[in-house]
Order: sequence, then structure tokens, then C-alpha cells
Amino acid sequence: MSGTYLGMPAFPRAARAAVADTQLRRNLEHATGTIRGRRAEVVAELDDWAELRAAGAAIKDHTLRHLDRYLVQLEEAITAAGGTVHWARDAAEANRIITDLVRETGETEVVKVKSMATQEIGLNDALAEAGIMAWETDLAELIVQLDRDRPSHILVPAIHRNRAEIREIFRRAMADVPADLSDDATALAEAARRHLRRKFLAARVAVSGVNFAVAETGTLVVLESEGNGRMCLTMPDTLISVVGIEKLVPTWADLEVFLQLLPRSSTAERMNPYTSTWTGVHPGDGPQALHVVLVDNGRTGVLADRVGRQALRCIRCSACLNVCPVYERVGGHAYGSVYPGPIGAILTPQLRGTAGPLEASLPYASTLCGACYEVCPVAIDIPEVLVHLRAKAVDAKRRRVLPTAERAAMAAAAWTLGGPRRLGMAQRAAARARRLVGRLRWPLTGWAESRDVPTPAPESFRAWWRRTRGRTE
Amino acid sequence: MITARNEVLGRIRAALADLPADGADSEVPRKYRRAHHDTGLVDLFAERAADYRAVVRHTLPDELPAVLHAAARVRTLLVPPGVPEKWLRGIEPGRLLLDGPALTPAVLDAVDAVVVTGCAVAIAETGTVVLDHGPGQGRRMLSLVPDHHLVVVCADQVVADVPEALARLDPRRPLTFVSGPSATSDIELTRVEGVHGPRDLEIVLVSHG
Amino acid sequence: MRIGLFITCFNDTLFPRTGKAVTALLERLGHTVVFPAEQTCCGQMHLNTGYQREAIPLVRRFARAFADLDAIVTPSASCAGTVRDHHARVAESAGDDRLATEVADIAPRVYELTEFLVDVLGVTDVGAAFPHRVTYHPTCHSLRALRLGDRPLRLLREVRGIELVDLPHADECCGFGGTFAMKNPDVSVAMGTDKLRHVLSTRAEVLCAADNSCLMHLGGLLSRLRAGTRVMHLAEILAAEEKAMSPARPHHRAPGARRTEHV
Ligand code: SF4
Repeated sequence: MSGTYLGMPAFPRAARAAVADTQLRRNLEHATGTIRGRRAEVVAELDDWAELRAAGAAIKDHTLRHLDRYLVQLEEAITAAGGTVHWARDAAEANRIITDLVRETGETEVVKVKSMATQEIGLNDALAEAGIMAWETDLAELIVQLDRDRPSHILVPAIHRNRAEIREIFRRAMADVPADLSDDATALAEAARRHLRRKFLAARVAVSGVNFAVAETGTLVVLESEGNGRMCLTMPDTLISVVGIEKLVPTWADLEVFLQLLPRSSTAERMNPYTSTWTGVHPGDGPQALHVVLVDNGRTGVLADRVGRQALRCIRCSACLNVCPVYERVGGHAYGSVYPGPIGAILTPQLRGTAGPLEASLPYASTLCGACYEVCPVAIDIPEVLVHLRAKAVDAKRRRVLPTAERAAMAAAAWTLGGPRRLGMAQRAAARARRLVGRLRWPLTGWAESRDVPTPAPESFRAWWRRTRGRTE
Repeated sequence: MITARNEVLGRIRAALADLPADGADSEVPRKYRRAHHDTGLVDLFAERAADYRAVVRHTLPDELPAVLHAAARVRTLLVPPGVPEKWLRGIEPGRLLLDGPALTPAVLDAVDAVVVTGCAVAIAETGTVVLDHGPGQGRRMLSLVPDHHLVVVCADQVVADVPEALARLDPRRPLTFVSGPSATSDIELTRVEGVHGPRDLEIVLVSHG
Repeated sequence: MRIGLFITCFNDTLFPRTGKAVTALLERLGHTVVFPAEQTCCGQMHLNTGYQREAIPLVRRFARAFADLDAIVTPSASCAGTVRDHHARVAESAGDDRLATEVADIAPRVYELTEFLVDVLGVTDVGAAFPHRVTYHPTCHSLRALRLGDRPLRLLREVRGIELVDLPHADECCGFGGTFAMKNPDVSVAMGTDKLRHVLSTRAEVLCAADNSCLMHLGGLLSRLRAGTRVMHLAEILAAEEKAMSPARPHHRAPGARRTEHV
């Protein structure tokens, strides 16, 4: 069968290469298997996990419901505490604002603490064009940056690399690497510490993301492990924090929910080693200039979708990636976005639209097994959104005069299933020709390549019932 | 003039048009616990902090100077302004370095010292100490750049869980929540201690006299 | 109690043996069952692939076919899940209030087979005999949509002569996923192969589950590999009796008989 998948969508093609990468498969199996088990343990410690999860989802829904009001409140609070708030409609505007802010300081280097938002908007490239070098300081980000690679996981962007590969990357690309560097994780961490320490001590400007922004107080919150976050938030004179507009929570007390949900879902710890909060500028302590850039970049479009907007609850814990059986086989690169895995499959098409083949293929990159929904700390029903996005894609194509082969097959199936007589006829025809499967169901090339095809039964159940019971209800 | 601010806010209002403008809001269900434990909090704190490789020592108020004295014999004690004088009783001035006036980052990096601070609150459930960087706790940089951080935690500072801790803290202050020494799980999602923050975290837990 | 069989279009056409097993089993337990002939399909494939509109008449038909039965029993966890979790949404999107009332009325009466046996009939020993080494794979719909829990295992444990072995990593998806198996064949097969690694490690002769769709995928891989392990729907094991011990024929055609000519 040809035609149905003309212009094979990007995800299946990228996935085909990924599943053949044996090293990648073993690395991912090991890493996701480890974190899955540990997450399950620390989540089981809290007998009120379901209640925390319900509260987390409800707080986020409430915030999104009144997002305009809370953003204005956040702006006022930050301004009152000595910070400056900027608004960006899209990536280009955000990059322009940040580049100008760095230029005003006269610096040509910035240190960065891992931030999904800055990756999403492509900040590093924009800064590079302006002659500004951005140093990633998170260990996994550093590995990816040194290797000129792309991130493949929300929390651990170098999850696709094992320790031996990381050692090779360091030896190849790290200027001051010790000659006898081993592939012991502690030694690799030590090498990163030495490499970045001078940068931290000399840094004048830092760029950060945030995990939460508290509307009531203007407080910004970063959770991290290594201390690179604390370095970036504390050592420089100027701090530029890039905040997606969905990062808000209404009150300081609301953090009590998320500071329990996030670490356990994310790094599978009761609490991550370091959490920093800051509110505007603190005289005599830390940066004396704070800029907060609020970024839309497609989020308001997501907000407009009644079913899809729940994706904006996401707190980027990455639990859904770690349990996803598809992610475990293909890794993050196949998703073609900084947001891979289940959350990427629902967020990327919504943020970017589904005009491109990659974006259009993402809602289908799931078996709908439901493991992601089960672990999501803010109860995003990812399978529901996936199916919703599939329906939107199908409906958008209905306007075409010529139906796609898939739509024709679906229509034929619906017709056949439209009544017992039609179905019975099709079953008998298939039993004779042994061809029902080929007609009724999907084009089967992809199936038959590696799996035997079941044979339609010579006598259907309904025919057997009629023959043996004589009558039907 | 159409500013980005107005446009983003306008888009949000348009996006929410399907919801009644000032419709009744569903209550946020807050049926979760305020605390997961109500007794044995100090022991739980010690156990949980140790779980993440903090070195935990128990002591009595009278013996705290002796503990710090012992630490000062190995390394200089770097102290922020406002540390209670009674903590440092008997320690020779030569073994003390005061962060006032503020030391430069280069000095903080070069010095071979133990930073001694107090804290604002400690969380039993998670083994966390929280610094609000007020008197006796130092600027944020102080407990970050040197490699060894010793935190004095008084038993009455230990609360059961995260909700109670946040209620005690003032968000207008800069806050640092510390749970064990700096660590990373970035290599094969396996945790190893010791990256950019202090590689040694020592907690001296002072029980009620 | 009027018990209606919801065999599903898939089993009706491809795996009638499963429907016959459900019939035999319930009759053996002393119940009368009916097969409402108006039934065709719950609309799962259309709904999961995004063809909501095409699913509307199927949902209507389902509601009509099963309207006046006390219990509707199906040997498919995924179809039971579709009726319970999705039919209401279809009715809502169709803007059909009467249909919405009908599906809301029917949904609680739809039972997956093991739910019906354990929760409604209150039996775990169904008088079956099956002296083979068996492992059970909880399909995603059994596990996460219906939350069947250990009901299937409680039933299997009572089967005479059975040697039931635990499946490692049981809760991981097998990679079928409906049209996923066709749209993403490489990932689907990779997942299936990993699942089989665990299945084969049990050295079971038979792999069973509550969904023939997942079994079709795993069975297709197993027979292609000539693995010496076959798949069987749970209902067929529960229906097996001492006198009719000879194992049923495998679902899949004989080795060498590849069918690709029709695609
Ligand atoms: S969708 Fe849920 S599980 Fe996935 S990253 Fe976001 S919050 Fe975590």
C-alpha cells in the first residue's frame, strides 16, 4: 500500500533510526529504569499524594483561569521590589529584549542556569549573533553544549549519553580537562566544577529560567541540584529571568503543594539539594539589577483550546518522559523540540501549529497506554489531549475535496460497521477471500514487515451464533 | 499604542472567552496533609538529612562551642555578622574570619575555611535547612562559594513539613533551601554528590537544654 | 439477569473462539446469555485515531443494541474502556442529549469479563482446567483504564493444573496501541520485542491477556520468531475444561505462510 503515508511524517522516520541505535537504547533503558523505580518509592512515601496532585492541578487551573489578573499582580509586585518587568509576544521579541539588556551592561559573556524557556526561544543562538557568548552551567547542558548536540530530555538533557561517552566529550571539547580524567561520575562532576568555577567568579550577567513565579509577592523560584543555579542567581550584578507566562502560582502558600510534587516527580528526591527564592533586588546580597521577561510565544494559543489548555499546567518535572515506553525506545531527539516525550507530543503541536510534518506526526507518537497521565503530578490527561489533537488534525483535513487514503479507509470501515448486515457480508467475503483485514483495517505493510498477520476466521462469531442458536436477540 | 503587554493580556482574555467572565470559581481542594509526621521530628530531620549525605552531629547548647572549637582546629571558621557570640566562646580570634566588611568572591573561593551559619527553619520530612540570610546566616554567596558549610540548627527550628516551613518564612527575604551537599543526577540519572555548591554539608543539631 | 454479550467487531471477525469461550463459560456457570445482533463496534478505532464524526453512528448503534440488558459483558478491556470513558464525550460533541442520557445509562452496566465474574457473579473458581505453564500480561486498558487489578490473576489461580508464572515488567505497554502499530511500526515492534524478552524469560507456553488486540500484536511477533510460545485470550483458558483438554489452535497461521499480497 502506498499513498497513505506519502511524505512519511517526521516522527516515525526519526524513530526508525533511533530504535536501531543500540547504545541509545541501552542508555535510555538504564537511566529511565533507574529514575522510575526511585520516583515510585518517594511518591509512595506520601499517603496524600492523590490530594496533593488534585490541589496542584486545581491551583494551576485557577491561575490559568485568571492569568491576566495574576500577571498584572506579579508585575506590580516585582516592580515594587526593585525589579523590571518586560513582556514578549514571541521568541524574536524575547531574544531582542534580552540581547539589548546584555548589551547595556557592556558584557560579552553570560552564565546560564538551565531554562526550558530560553531553549524554546533559541536564546543562545540569538546572543551569539550579537557577539555574546552564553555559557551553560548545568552539567547536562554543558555536556550537550560542548558536544554541539541537542538536548533530549527536560531535566537531564544529556540522558542519551552514558559516562564513557561523557568522558570522551569532555576530553575532546573541554579546554582545561585533566589528562587522566576517568569515566567515574564523581570525577566527571569534579571536572565540570573546575571548568565552570572561574566563569562563576567572574560572571557579571546571568540568565535564568524559573520554576515558579508567585503573583502575590513577586517571588521567583528555582529548583536545582548542583549549585550552578545558586551561582548564577547570586554572583553576577545583573540577573535576567525568563518566565513563560504559565509559570505563575497565585500565593506564596501555594508553593507548599509544588515543593512537594516537583522534587519527587522530577529527580525522585524528597527535596532537591537547592531551592532558591528571590523577590526583586536584595540590597547587599546578590544581583542589584533584576529583569524579568514574561514570554507568551504561543502559550495564549494553547490557552484558547478547551481541551488542550491543560498542557499549560505542566511543571516540567519530566516524570512523563521517564515512564513513557515510546520515549524509552527513541529518546528525545525524535520529537524535534526542546519538549520531548509525552508532554512534547501535546505541547509542540499546540505551540507551533501542525502545518509541518513533524508537528503533525507528534499526536500519533503514542500508544495511549496512559502511563504518563498516571505519574503526572498535575494530572494532565495527556492521552485525552493526544486524541483531541488527532481529531483536530482530521477535521482540518475534511475541508479538502479529495479525502486522504486514511480518511477513505476510516469511512469505509465506518460504513461496514454501520449495520450487522454489512458487517456480516464483509466477514463472509473476507472468509472466502481471506482479505478482510486488508480491506477493513489499515494498510498493513508496516505490520507485516515484522509480525504475522492474523487470518480472518472462516466463520465469524455472529455466523456461528446464528447457526448454533438459530436466532439472535 | 499597542504594547506587547497589552497584546499578551488581550490574547489571554480572548483565549478565556469560553469561560464566564466572572463565573464562580471552583475551590482548590486542599485535602492534603499539613504534616506527614507529628512526633519524633528532630530525629526524623537528622535521619532524612543524613539520607542525602549531610553529616549530622547532635549536641547540647552548652557543648556547641566545643563542637565549633574542634572544627576550628582543622580549618578557619568563616562567620557572618550576627552569629551569637556564645557559639564562638573560647575560639582564638586567629581561627576566625568575619565576613564583614564583605569578602570578595576570589577570597571566598581561595580560603580554606568552614562557613558557620545558623538557619531560619528546618524541615523534618525532607531533611532540609532553610536560610533566610538574615543575621547570623550571611549573604547568599557566603554559604555557597567555600567548600564546607556547617549549619547550626536548634531543635525548636525543626518543623514537620513543607507547609509549616513556608508559613514561617518571609518571602520578601532571599531564601535558600538546602537538602544535602550539592549533587547531580545528570550522569545516567544516578546521584553523585559534589558539584558547584559546598561538597561538605555539616549539620549541628542542638537539642533543647 | 439478562446478560448481553458484547463480542466486539474485532473478536467477531478475527477471533470468534474468544466469543465462543465467553458463551461457554457463562453458560457453564448457569447463566443465559444473548447476543444482540444489532451490535457492531464501539467506535474505538475511529475515536482514538481522531474520527469522532464517524464514531457517532457507531455509538448510537451501540446504545440501541444494548439498551434493555441488565449486564453487558465483553472480553475486551479496551472496548469496555471506550464505552465507559468515551461514549459520553461523543454524545456531547454530537450535541445529542437523548444519546447522552442513553450512554450514561448504559455505561455502568458494561463489564469486562473478569470484572463481571469477580464483582457481579462473585466467583473466582470457574471450574476450569488448563494444565499448562501460563503468564499473564495486564494490557494498558486492563491496568490503567479499567483498573482490573488482580481480578484476572485471582481467576487464573483457581484453574486446575495451571502453572502460573509472573511476568517481569508486566505493567509496561506491549506497543500495540491500535493504529500506532501501523503508523509507528518501528517503535511498536521495538516495544513488542522488549515485552517478548520478558515473556520468553518466564518460559511460559501460553501468554494470556484480556485484549485480543494486544495479543494479535505479540502473537504476530511470536509466530514470526517461531518462539514456541503462543497467545490465548484469558476467556479461553477460563472456559477450558478437563474433557476438552487439547489445546486450541494458535491464532496465527502456519510458519511460512506470510500474507502480504493484499496490502
Ligand atoms: S506533563 Fe506532567 S509529568 Fe510531564 S513534565 Fe509536565 S508536569 Fe511533569
